[in-house]
Amino acid sequence: MPTFVYMTRCDGCGHCVDICPSDIMHIDKTYRRAYNIEPNMCWECYSCVKACPQNAIDVRGYADFAPLGHSVRVLREEAKGTISWKIKFRDGREKNFVSPIRTTEWGSIPSPAELEMPSAEAMQSQELAHEPDALNVPEGLPALRPDQFTQGVA
Amino acid sequence: MFTSNPFAELSASISPVFIQTYIVIMILLVAGGTLFDIFHKKSAKYFFDNWRKTKKNQARQVGGREIVSLAVRTAVVDGLMSGEFCNLRRRIAHLLTMHGFLAYMITTVIMVFGYSTPTTTPAILPLLWYIGGLLVCVGGYWFWFFIRVDVAAEGNSPFRVVRADLFILSLLASVTLGLIWGCMQATGHSWTNLLFGLYLIATTVLFGSVPWSKFSHMFYKPAAALEKRITEADGSRSNLPAPADKPEIFGSARQLPRNY
Repeated sequence: MPTFVYMTRCDGCGHCVDICPSDIMHIDKTYRRAYNIEPNMCWECYSCVKACPQNAIDVRGYADFAPLGHSVRVLREEAKGTISWKIKFRDGREKNFVSPIRTTEWGSIPSPAELEMPSAEAMQSQELAHEPDALNVPEGLPALRPDQFTQGVA
Repeated sequence: MFTSNPFAELSASISPVFIQTYIVIMILLVAGGTLFDIFHKKSAKYFFDNWRKTKKNQARQVGGREIVSLAVRTAVVDGLMSGEFCNLRRRIAHLLTMHGFLAYMITTVIMVFGYSTPTTTPAILPLLWYIGGLLVCVGGYWFWFFIRVDVAAEGNSPFRVVRADLFILSLLASVTLGLIWGCMQATGHSWTNLLFGLYLIATTVLFGSVPWSKFSHMFYKPAAALEKRITEADGSRSNLPAPADKPEIFGSARQLPRNY
């Protein structure tokens, strides 16, 4: 189900190019609008569809899998922290969903560079950086002791 | 210098009829090029087909008065204020280029047809002509060297030229050469005729390349913006979901794209 771009809506801002994990959204050299350079390699992650500020990107279903007449459209609203989905079936049925993107303000989670560097001891720990504080688990996470690692294998 | 009409001074060496005929030919080239573009790319057919398709999905009828109100809002917000741009820098650059070009073009036509002979041209007209041209240069060169997505987001050289650059490059060449020619004409420089020739070539490329450049976006973009507003008003929303019924409390952290 490759993505395609509505040329009249796209203003060539490059957000889809920036976010595409397959690097297949590019800026066209003739019209300076975004386009999918390799539809076969699109894995339908919807990243570009959600990132597009103009809602200019849509996903086309293959006829054998998603017959003509259906549509899956998505609206990302950053300030509300929501992703809304509208699924239209070929027989006219329609389903609408709203999912949260996040529960805290944008920028409220510090980037790794803003946090203190872990100590050498912490680097040997099974916990990831800044766990368990970052997970809000005051009693700590359950972890295996090193002597338990080979249990049941030998 | 900035208050003298360069086209009136030109009439000493070239007949005013020549430059008037040239402008009429340029207008015909734009009209013909836009019509060719519409038929060749079938953009009008797509536009009306899409309009009919969205009508089937509309949740409510939009009245005539509401359409007029939406058209006015589109003209003011999306047209005059370039409201569709999500990137503030691109919006400011577009505003400078668009309003500069309008001032430059309108004053050109008035000066050529109204004051083509050495009569007293109101000082405001040449002044607006120069200010308009300078605004085009500020917005256009800013866009070309710093904002263009190929350069700012893709990391390409600003001097890498592709077909999509035809419009902005010919516009900048035409206006820049026009301003230099205007200054030379006012000071009686020996290179005036050479610059005038280059100015005519760049202007002919700008207005004659409509079918191959993005010149016609100034006609179809407002139509697309109006369609977008009408589909939002009638509930069809181009098949998009309705906005979520939640408060806007999370703000935004959208950053400029940078792919290198």
